[in-house]
Amino acid sequence: MEVRVANVRKEFERFPALHDVSLDIKSGELIALLGPSGSGKTTLLRLIAGLERPTRGKIFFGDEDASQKSIQERNVGFVFQHYALFRHMTVADNIGFGLKVRHGPTRPPAAEIRRRASELLDLVQLSGLEKRYPAQLSGGQRQRVALARAMAIEPKVLLLDEPFGALDAQVRRELRRWLREIHDATGHTTVFVTHDQEEALELADRVVVMSQGRVEQVGTADDIYDTPNSPFVYGFIGESSSLPVKIENGEIWLADRPIGLSAPHAPQGDAMLYFRPHDVELLDGCSGCIAGTVAASRRVAGTRRVELEIGGERQRVEIELPVDHPAAQKSRVAFRPGRWKLFPAA
Amino acid sequence: MTTAPAQAGWRFRQPSVIPGFGLTLGFSLAYLTLIILIPLSGLIWRSAALGWADFWAIATDRRTLNALEISFGTAFIAAVVNVVFGTLVAWVLVRYRFPGRRIVDAMVDLPFALPTAVAGIALTTLYAPNGWIGKLLMPLGIKVAYTPLGIVIALIFIGLPFVVRTVQPIMEEIDKEVEEAAATLGASRFQIITRVLFPGLAPAIITGFSLAFARGVGEYGSVIFIAGNLPYKSEIAPLLIVIRLEEYNYPAATAIAAIMLALSFIMLLIVNLVQTWSRKRYG
Repeated sequence: MEVRVANVRKEFERFPALHDVSLDIKSGELIALLGPSGSGKTTLLRLIAGLERPTRGKIFFGDEDASQKSIQERNVGFVFQHYALFRHMTVADNIGFGLKVRHGPTRPPAAEIRRRASELLDLVQLSGLEKRYPAQLSGGQRQRVALARAMAIEPKVLLLDEPFGALDAQVRRELRRWLREIHDATGHTTVFVTHDQEEALELADRVVVMSQGRVEQVGTADDIYDTPNSPFVYGFIGESSSLPVKIENGEIWLADRPIGLSAPHAPQGDAMLYFRPHDVELLDGCSGCIAGTVAASRRVAGTRRVELEIGGERQRVEIELPVDHPAAQKSRVAFRPGRWKLFPAA
Repeated sequence: MTTAPAQAGWRFRQPSVIPGFGLTLGFSLAYLTLIILIPLSGLIWRSAALGWADFWAIATDRRTLNALEISFGTAFIAAVVNVVFGTLVAWVLVRYRFPGRRIVDAMVDLPFALPTAVAGIALTTLYAPNGWIGKLLMPLGIKVAYTPLGIVIALIFIGLPFVVRTVQPIMEEIDKEVEEAAATLGASRFQIITRVLFPGLAPAIITGFSLAFARGVGEYGSVIFIAGNLPYKSEIAPLLIVIRLEEYNYPAATAIAAIMLALSFIMLLIVNLVQTWSRKRYG
């Protein structure tokens, strides 16, 4: 089922949580809403579910306007960060709940509900735990039950709110891979919220980066990482370094020297230069480069992160070098960013 | 050694590394003995002095039976009423924010604080045939004061805070997300309440019920004013005990007390077993 969010605004007691957000989700897509806390990603998810009503704007499921429908009518599967299982019900009863509360002919017979519950338990790899109570399961198992419960109603959309947020790192990684498999097997349109960029980039077909109630960028992991379209995305996804520069006649100047990068279409004047610390080219001489004194050098996993002080104002930037690179021993390092981007000075 | 020696049938729970198990258990037992067990065994002891035949005669006496029936019957009805409306009051206090909520919240505790005799007199004044409420009920043919119905009303008054105060904290702990989850799965508001919320509250409601019921069985002060105390009709067992005491008929008084004790103990035990069972299931 396609989901279209059209110019949605949401206010909580006059305080805007979402400003005019629009988003198209294709059928069968796995989408991540990524952003820091307070960015409005959970609000957007809850609006799609119908747990909140938009102050303005509409949400479409296919061609149908879902914004006026109640939660019950929307037929969405929602998975909460803290599972929200019914603790007085067995695992099987939890999964069958959505079918049992149906009325009349749409309610399958009891045997069918049981069969369906155990089928879903097989899918989430918890076969044989039908009779357990949620209190008797581990966190990872509970979240799988919650997912099975959400899928039991054959939802139009599957919505997951930080589904792995309460689990430890090992289980998270495992469930992440497993969720991808389930998604590929069932083909539900799925939206999940996360503040973990690794999770978003690894798992999702497309990532929606949000900040302060706005969508900053929508794209594949490659788009988001390689061509961030705002300083926020540059800073939020992966590592980034930035320097205040000046544009003159299509050349980028750092203080009083050109750094050998040309930006023919950039407007004259002040700007911020963004680049990835690992995406730099080291140079020997320095006619047209960025040069700085090594202020600190730290070993981080497979690389060495070097902090440089640049120019008279002692602007600090970070670059990454291979561990055994000789430049790390020097007191002065010159480099030029490989891939970079200019944004207007803040 | 190839076979381990058989474990004893049951043992004390393994003490944890934090010391004090022996001391606290010993103190608890000594304290309970002093406060509860010795007075109660005195009661049994005195009534045992009666001899089996006499005891049986008192126990099966019409007046005793009627008094017990009224005591337990009215306490039961009042506890049931309190469960329904006490849960409702707790729900309103937990779920809604309205002006004066704190005052209502404090008001719930008044029956705890008020001398029961004051409550009894106030209720009697209201429900007597010429009282404010009694006057309105009279034309409908409903007589409250000086009937078992009056006893029920007094016990409802006395028992309400027990239900509210046991259910309220559990209700506050209910996760909003559980309700939301049920709603996304298609459950109507009614289904959410009956299938999701109520079962979660059941243990607390049962506790509230048993507390209100136990209090109602033993209540004396407020009831004697409104009950009218007609033997066979509206005479409660605690009053009958007092009457026997005033007649210096100690064996009869202790015998009735012992019967009440046994009945109450059995009922509370059953409630406790139900509790344990549900706690084991829901964790």
